[in-house]
Amino acid sequence: MTGMQLSREKLLEAYRMMRTIRVFEDRVSAEMASGDIPGNTHLYAGQEASAVGVCMNLVQSDNIASTHRGHGHCIAKGCDVHGMMAEIFGKDTGICRGKGGSMHIADLSKGMLGANGIVGGGPPLACGAAMTAQVLGRDDVAVVFSGDGAINQGTTAESMNLAQVWKLPVIFAVEDNGFGEATASSFVVAGEIVKRADALGMAFAKVDGVDFFAVHDAAAEAVARARRGEGPTLLHIETPRYYGHFSGDPDNYRTAEEKAAMRRDRDCLTTFRRRVGEAKLLAESDLDAVDAEVQAVIDSAVKAARAAPQPPLDSLTTDVYVRYP
Amino acid sequence: MPQKSFRQALNEALHHEMGRDPTVIVLGEDIAGGAGASGQQDAWGGAFGVTKGLLGAFGPLRVRDTPISESAFVGAAAGAAVTGLRPVAEIMFVDFLGVCFDQIFNQAAKFRYMFGGKAVTPFVLRATYGAGTRSASQHSQALYPIFTHVPGLKVVIPSSPYDAKGLLIQAIRDNDPVIFLENKLLYDTVGEVPDGAYAIPFGEANVLREGGDATIIAFGRMVHFAQEATAILAAEGIDCTVVDPRTTSPLDEDTILETAEETGRVVIVDEANPRCGMAADISSIIAENAFGALKAPIMKVTAPHTPVPYAPNLEAAYLPDAKRIAEAVRKTMAYRK
Repeated sequence: MTGMQLSREKLLEAYRMMRTIRVFEDRVSAEMASGDIPGNTHLYAGQEASAVGVCMNLVQSDNIASTHRGHGHCIAKGCDVHGMMAEIFGKDTGICRGKGGSMHIADLSKGMLGANGIVGGGPPLACGAAMTAQVLGRDDVAVVFSGDGAINQGTTAESMNLAQVWKLPVIFAVEDNGFGEATASSFVVAGEIVKRADALGMAFAKVDGVDFFAVHDAAAEAVARARRGEGPTLLHIETPRYYGHFSGDPDNYRTAEEKAAMRRDRDCLTTFRRRVGEAKLLAESDLDAVDAEVQAVIDSAVKAARAAPQPPLDSLTTDVYVRYP
Repeated sequence: MPQKSFRQALNEALHHEMGRDPTVIVLGEDIAGGAGASGQQDAWGGAFGVTKGLLGAFGPLRVRDTPISESAFVGAAAGAAVTGLRPVAEIMFVDFLGVCFDQIFNQAAKFRYMFGGKAVTPFVLRATYGAGTRSASQHSQALYPIFTHVPGLKVVIPSSPYDAKGLLIQAIRDNDPVIFLENKLLYDTVGEVPDGAYAIPFGEANVLREGGDATIIAFGRMVHFAQEATAILAAEGIDCTVVDPRTTSPLDEDTILETAEETGRVVIVDEANPRCGMAADISSIIAENAFGALKAPIMKVTAPHTPVPYAPNLEAAYLPDAKRIAEAVRKTMAYRK
């Protein structure tokens, strides 16, 4: 099924998730500036159509591995937004009880294997999740989201080869937001990313990550291929990155003009609204209603996170082992 | 009880557990050998023959020869563990951990803590360790202190065929990531090993010998050298206790402290390099908790702080041996008699 053939409910769900990610990230940015969030965050705003376009093709038993810029993937795979916000605030009600923070949000029961603080940390893990499905005879797939930076990590190259020779049901979703930290990918990525898949005989597609429907349809094909047991696919998804590398990054390596043009011309939310409007699939009022609902959810999540207790001190030494000795 | 080699004991443990639990898989480089080639399949059964026969018994879906890509397959083992399998990955030489360490210490070891206690990672990484095979600096190290340092990992060093089988079965059944290190010069050693399955709990030291004069604490192959040293010393009238902790994490601190208090003289034998090694670690535990019982300074017998050399005479000088252990015990005995 193509994205344009999705039911009204599914389209609204996709829009709700993308809007939730955007408002979540804008709010985290604002709360970071207030100084009440410890540590650091890497914001996903601008890339929403990638996470949601891919994850709309998944079911709960499918697994995803993510990156340091993982909030969007978590929301798209169904992680609880209240638990995520509390985690980022370092609270006991957090999805990881305040022990992981922004870079380690995970909910295994939702098939979310964790954001990851290590660039290139995820591809081997996704291969492992795919191997589990293969060994147990399930048709689950695994998706590893990674960035253009991780494409230059050995783990990615090793995992792509492993997935191809073992025909693992895994999708390498490479979100190319143009930057690895403060360095342009054009400066550090040799050749074309999809040709690295092509060299292994792996299926691939390059898609516009601003267009939910383009991502959705490419991912649908990749997921179906994986479920049929025909092996992995690499998706090269080109997206903007609205914020700097980390929240608070002065982002002075891009010109003000470039950043303004990016937000004006490459916005997956306005693109989505335009496309469903033109096709008369959803009304403006439906989408506005979602915007209001999402705003209320995020307001509530921040309020609850601020009010939540810190983790108890005795939790410092728990959860290292299941049993020790 | 039947006599079996250390290698056969490990092989039996793998057969038992794979037969018992369909989620147990093994993966690694040439763990069968011959895949894609024209000749014999399961040609090697692992570089040291430990996994021989598993392919025929359990098939290629569960016995997986991998590319030479340690990050990918060790990380895949971690990812599989957290999604429902019990993978046993084999790294031919522990020295190769350098190319996949991130997947061990940043990923597998930390899932449970980072995710607030929700992850269970039943993952075993088997690797060989140890000097004495003229294999030089990149195929001979005893790197268990590095793993011992990392919270979230358990580290096992069996010294006998009996322990090898029981500890590997425990490692596979354990719900935490386990690093299981096999000294390659022990594979052909023989000892009593029951035919059935049995698990040896982690964190329980084996006291091989009890003597009142001094305690020798040793791991892996060094346990055999410690035993040899006790024979030399017995002839001189020095009666030693020998303790094999069997796991460096968890470490059986209770048994170590009890024996230190009993004899008051302790020699720790560690094949690893001396800085931040097990000998240093155990010394500090004894000094902190049993200082009053000590009759002499704790002695450490370790490798020097150098890489492992190639030339046979240099490698012999590198490794601790029974003579050096006996000499260390004599020194503790001579201290303020």
